[in-house]
Amino acid sequence: MSDTQSRKSSQPQTPVPDGAQEPTTKEQNFLTDKTYLLSTTNSTGINLYEHLVTCLRKILEERPRDVVDIFEDISKECKRSRLAGDGDSLRGKLDRSTEIALAEIQKRLFNRPDGDDDEAMGEDDADPRLPNLLQLAFFFEQGGVGIDKDEIYRIWLSLKKLVDEKPIEKLRFWGKVLGTEQNYYVAEVEFREGEGEEEAEEEAEPERDDKDDEEGEEEETEDDTPKPNFKPAPPVPKEEPGTGANKYAYFVCNEPGKAWIRLPNATPAQIHVARRIKKFFTGRLDAPIVTYPPFPGTEANYLRAQIARISAGTHVSPKDFYTFGEEEEEEEDGVGHESCAENPEYEPPPVRALADPEAWAHHVLHILPQGRTRWWNPVQIDEDEELEDEEEEKEEQPQPQPEVGPPLLTSLSEDAPIDGMQPWTVRLSSGLVQRFAVTVVSSNLWPGAHAVASGKVCENIYIGWGHKFTSENYSPAPPPPVMAEFVSDPELKETDDPTPEEEAALKALLAQAEEGEEEGYGDEEGGEDDD
Amino acid sequence: MESTTFKSGLEYLGGSGVVLSPEQRAKLQTSLVILKQEQKFQKVYLWGRISGIKDDYFIAKGVGQDELSDTRALYSKDCMEWGVLPVATPEIKAKAALARGRFTGDPSHDFEHVEVKRIPGEGDEIHEEEETITIKEEERLAAVVAEIDSDVAIVPRGAFVRTPNGQVVENRSFEGLSVADSCKLTSYLHFRGSGELHRRRQLEFAGADKAIDFLDPIAEDIPLGSWGVVYERGSGLVCLRSHLWPGYYFYHVPGTRLYGSFYAGVGQKNLDLAFML
Repeated sequence: MSDTQSRKSSQPQTPVPDGAQEPTTKEQNFLTDKTYLLSTTNSTGINLYEHLVTCLRKILEERPRDVVDIFEDISKECKRSRLAGDGDSLRGKLDRSTEIALAEIQKRLFNRPDGDDDEAMGEDDADPRLPNLLQLAFFFEQGGVGIDKDEIYRIWLSLKKLVDEKPIEKLRFWGKVLGTEQNYYVAEVEFREGEGEEEAEEEAEPERDDKDDEEGEEEETEDDTPKPNFKPAPPVPKEEPGTGANKYAYFVCNEPGKAWIRLPNATPAQIHVARRIKKFFTGRLDAPIVTYPPFPGTEANYLRAQIARISAGTHVSPKDFYTFGEEEEEEEDGVGHESCAENPEYEPPPVRALADPEAWAHHVLHILPQGRTRWWNPVQIDEDEELEDEEEEKEEQPQPQPEVGPPLLTSLSEDAPIDGMQPWTVRLSSGLVQRFAVTVVSSNLWPGAHAVASGKVCENIYIGWGHKFTSENYSPAPPPPVMAEFVSDPELKETDDPTPEEEAALKALLAQAEEGEEEGYGDEEGGEDDD
Repeated sequence: MESTTFKSGLEYLGGSGVVLSPEQRAKLQTSLVILKQEQKFQKVYLWGRISGIKDDYFIAKGVGQDELSDTRALYSKDCMEWGVLPVATPEIKAKAALARGRFTGDPSHDFEHVEVKRIPGEGDEIHEEEETITIKEEERLAAVVAEIDSDVAIVPRGAFVRTPNGQVVENRSFEGLSVADSCKLTSYLHFRGSGELHRRRQLEFAGADKAIDFLDPIAEDIPLGSWGVVYERGSGLVCLRSHLWPGYYFYHVPGTRLYGSFYAGVGQKNLDLAFML
């Protein structure tokens, strides 16, 4: 049907015109076809004529490009929109999607503090505890690392809340650890002296629980079951809060705006096992870590152990950025420095000079294989406790060699290569405008760990999965070797009981032997052989 | 992510640690336009960044008529000069699998692998022959890009259609996944030539659409847990992360046409995945 024809013939609005005029054959055919289109309805009550009208109207209203390519989709869309409700219900439906829930939580971040606005803001200006995260984000972005700026801003506000709530001396944004279900934002804090130890007590609780369990077991098994006299090696004590691997406390949250949760301090055992396992974080702190060797703790402990390892391995700064405090100049018993402080007289070297691993140094202590930064002698403790009873054994025990790590502020160029590769990549953010470039140091051992320096600013950040790079595949530690069989000696050998005949024979033999040695032997030989 | 909109895409992926410096972004905005024109591509995708020890590689992907089969991978070290990557033939892939360690950042670097062959000689003797296989970094790069594409490159269901004459083109009627669908792995399809279509159960279902369901859904990936679905801003942004190739990030804003992916990693497959879940 051509265009003109259809326009002409569509003039009659109703299928059957009232006019007495007899329709022509053409018109008659048209009417038959149209009636057909109108009459064929499916179960939902749509007929093709109406549907085509809706489609054409939609096309003419929206005028999409290359409409013939998407005509099927328009047809589908029209049919679907007929089924959809018009949304005009009496009461608006409450949208409870997680997006809105989160927005509600984050809205609180943007509230101005209570009270007189100017006063509150004035206080905020003087607060040196909060880092200038936006400035750092700018430098990170220059270096092509870090996270999105909007997100940084939310984290910043959320950190501000943390500073207001806790007795914090110093705070730093440590980084973001990706998880399979949620992510962790990690804040590194230093408490004011004498405060923030209430958590340490909380931590002790699980240990106490363990002890209770043990006691309970002992009570239950108060029968004469022999107990093994094997004593496990005493656990290596964890480092005191504020020193070594526990120098800082760490708070994590899943989304900026949600509550910050403090991670328990790391124990050497956790660090030791964390080195031997590889597991994805889920994003739930209470998720169990099911591995071999078994990990003592939940995901919170694993996260804390990994944070300690990453900090120890990747926190670096330009040389002279940190110095040893003066009061710590003389250290007793040859142990290296334990802490260093920011150098107020730090003069940034030229950009070119910084682009060399030689110009950078670690400012966090290396964690020894024992799981501590300062070696703890396990034998010493034994002496005190078991002075009386095990004198000899103690002498037999060889004095263990103290483990020694590299001292603080060791240059990066002294780090061990990873399987023949450089452990650090140092680069300038820009090859074109070098004068204003920032220096980026990326760890190849912990992918995702970066340090950025520009002028007098230097900061470290970690964004990644929390796993160390290995060029070989991970294989779980093999189970310990099978224990040796008990040494067999003749006393324990199993033999048949003698039969009454044999006993009788033996008695007879003994009796004969008593009587006289010479006579009896010949007769009894047959019986002896049977044994 | 597409060359014209990669900047907004980077904002969506910024939460996963994918950040390009302003210099890199500015360079890419210039060079990808020239690349598209010079190589006569219909579209250019910014595919990802593979970190090397000394330098990083930026990978772009040019698309001709067919989104699936008519593609070419290119690489650049400075975001300005682009070189075509060699085609990853099965031989190159087999050789590249032997290379150990990280990329160096020098395309002409040779990785060496010493293969010890044991050839039984006369009697019980076994001769050991050492054969050194050299793999050029450029070839290894091509192999890794191809592997990632075939293993983890994904698109939302319905974003691409196969036309009756077999071409795969973008679906203009795609309006994004709903929030409810966006957290399901069945809503995402592997963007690769499917060899298993005839075996798929899903095609037997009445709901399957032959024009859309010509790709494999990622829900059947082995092992379970190869993918992590994370909502970044409540349900406002869904982010899929591959655990098999850590560093492959895919984002989609539910209810919109906005989706894209970026690989920012060291170019190593996570073979330890089975132990890590």
